[in-house]
Amino acid sequence: MKLFGIKIPMMTSLIFWALVWEIVGRMDVIFLIPPMTSVIAAGFGLVQTGSWQNATLITLRSFALGMTLAIAVGVPLGVAMGRFKVVDNIFGLWVNMFVSAPLSALVPILMILFGLGETTVFVTVFLFAVWIIVLDARAGVMQVPPSLIEMGRCYGASRFTIFTKIILLSALPEILAGIRIGLIRGVKGVVIGQILVSIIGYGELFELYSRSFDMERFWALTIILFAAAMLLSAVVEHFEKRIEYYAGAR
Amino acid sequence: MHMAASPQKVSATGGAGSGSSSIVEALADFARRRKSFWVAVSLAILFTAWEIAGRVPISFAFPTFFETLSALIEMALDGTLLPAYFITFQPLLLGVAISAVLGIGIGIVMGLSDKAEWLLAPVFIVLQAAPMAALVPLVTFVYGIGLVAKTLAVIMLALPVIVLNSYKAVRHVNPSLVDMCRSFQGTRMQQIFKIVIPDATPVLFAGLRLGIAAGFIGVMLAELLITPTGIGDLITYHRSVANYAHMYAAVASIIAVSTLTLAALQYVELRFLRPEKRRK
Amino acid sequence: MANPIPLRTADNATPDAIVEVRDICKRYGDIEALRGINLDFERGKLTTLLGPSGCGKTTLLKIIAGLVPATSGQIRINGRVVTGPGPERAFVFQDFALMPWATVLRNVAFGLELKGMPQAERHRIARHYINEVGLSGFEEKYPHELSGGMRQRVGIARAFSVNADVLLLDEPFSAVDEQNRRKFQEDLLRLVDKERKTFLFVTHSIEEAVYVSDRIVLLSPRPGRVSQIIEPAIDRSAAPDVIRRDKGYLDVVEEIWQGLRQYAE
Repeated sequence: MKLFGIKIPMMTSLIFWALVWEIVGRMDVIFLIPPMTSVIAAGFGLVQTGSWQNATLITLRSFALGMTLAIAVGVPLGVAMGRFKVVDNIFGLWVNMFVSAPLSALVPILMILFGLGETTVFVTVFLFAVWIIVLDARAGVMQVPPSLIEMGRCYGASRFTIFTKIILLSALPEILAGIRIGLIRGVKGVVIGQILVSIIGYGELFELYSRSFDMERFWALTIILFAAAMLLSAVVEHFEKRIEYYAGAR
Repeated sequence: MHMAASPQKVSATGGAGSGSSSIVEALADFARRRKSFWVAVSLAILFTAWEIAGRVPISFAFPTFFETLSALIEMALDGTLLPAYFITFQPLLLGVAISAVLGIGIGIVMGLSDKAEWLLAPVFIVLQAAPMAALVPLVTFVYGIGLVAKTLAVIMLALPVIVLNSYKAVRHVNPSLVDMCRSFQGTRMQQIFKIVIPDATPVLFAGLRLGIAAGFIGVMLAELLITPTGIGDLITYHRSVANYAHMYAAVASIIAVSTLTLAALQYVELRFLRPEKRRK
Repeated sequence: MANPIPLRTADNATPDAIVEVRDICKRYGDIEALRGINLDFERGKLTTLLGPSGCGKTTLLKIIAGLVPATSGQIRINGRVVTGPGPERAFVFQDFALMPWATVLRNVAFGLELKGMPQAERHRIARHYINEVGLSGFEEKYPHELSGGMRQRVGIARAFSVNADVLLLDEPFSAVDEQNRRKFQEDLLRLVDKERKTFLFVTHSIEEAVYVSDRIVLLSPRPGRVSQIIEPAIDRSAAPDVIRRDKGYLDVVEEIWQGLRQYAE
């Protein structure tokens, strides 16, 4: 938006909304919304507590494990689906189904299979993230220009060289885009998993704060979580932009 | 002429090969033509794997495929499944309908006005990327554990997706069509209603489909987290009495229902809203 | 019809100018797209803006159309200064700009629909021009069912339907294959002759420009300026094949190429 001829960055409106929040909080309309300043103050207090640090550690661990597995499984599967019609035909149905299925309904099954602990959360993260990574890796491999592969063959590249030096590199922008969306979905997965399990990590803290009506800490935790999700997405997006130049030249 | 010539050619090549290879060929040919063949193969492979895993068994809480299937049939026949869906669909449809009207409206306004974009886009970008599930416990404080709370949970997950997709749909309207409308002195209103909205419709509809997918996640979350009702109740109840086949059947049915709903919407989208893709 | 056209004149001021371009400059941020353009376009003639890519020919056409605001300078149509699109001009788009959800008939009648003309009347006019561009029988088809060349015929019929005095054509044949392009050029000449309108035509094809134009404005790039004005005096009464082999035609093509080759990459 432009105001008086000066371009105002879009994200600045979040400051405006924080101000609105502060005013609503000060007016004491509803106990659910304490003033923004006291939420921030509670946030600074919160990060110093052992329970928060512990919960963060557990959350990060489940998230990192789940994402690692999702990438380790998702990218090769997607690439295989893009290269081999048979693999695509067999897995295509399930990947397309699970990418938009209500996976929250699966969490109770995971809870009885893996117990009420970190394993369930880790598997939830994996299940939330993996499908979109598969689909994007597949799309990336499928849209490698045939002329590039023909070029490789003309210059005598072996199948392996063509695969590693042309197909994989050419598909990299899509693979990274899939990983970025996978990360965002993974954050949702870790929260849904922990909230449904409700005795570990942030799920436990959310449960605790909402039961004791500790709204300052509840919102502080929410904002930390939201900010972390946005930050993560921004970091990958930055990385994506650095390799965008050759996606554009394609 | 052309039509008459091609079957002859096919039969000629078929006759040249041995009997067995022509069966393989016919099968391969069928597989190539019929997508449903691969759907069947794909389903069969997973269900077989499921059956084997259940028979091993990999866990005491892992029923076989046929146990689950019979549980599903049983629930469908004894009249527990249908009423459960009736209950689950109330907050889902209500939430999706509200999100659709509100979301498409807000998204279009954001797409048309720079001020609205500045004010609202960051909020919805944050809400879409953020794990909104964390806020579900909060709605129970205000709206209790009834239909309103569950509808709100659906809206919380579905609205940001629909808003952002509608916004993108409007922003990505073919600029050449807008120029065309301007060059024939179309008014701003004519531009919006005769060009922008029709051109954005396919993407608007796709956003709606994604919103419904998010709504399914939301309603299951609400039914598992707020109070067990509908399908969520079936899942929770059968889990508590260790009736795992029935629990799995309930989970599988909601995933199947959501998949079929979304596939039907996608079919409608391709069939009626994208004439340029219809020809393929 | 075999009007002898006066040979090349360097004179820029035309007595019967319908479109006057005065000191047009256009900047996009730090990039200067057009600098000090002064041109007159004579009523009833087909004038081509020709130049290498990046010379601002499309920008100039869109400024004349009122779709893009100029940084400075004036556009006058029939002596009146214009700032936006108006009923006396109609635009033909490079990418056709057809509504994919509308039939050929509705697309052609769209300019009239925007003016609020009753359906029966606008469909009657649209049908006339659909026939005129050779698309009879395709009225109820959708754009995706037509070839590129047929789509642009729809775009041209739409521009004719609103009965504007000036038709602005932005590389109308660039997305059409060579054979259809030639047919198109011949059809365009027939329509120019029949409809008696003023045409402003943008192209990057030298042969196309020489073949269809009464007058060719050569633009040079970065920033776009008028570098040369050529009036190819070609006897259009001859058969197309004869024209394309005519020495005068070939000489003009060569002359323009000599002027433009310095800009080739």
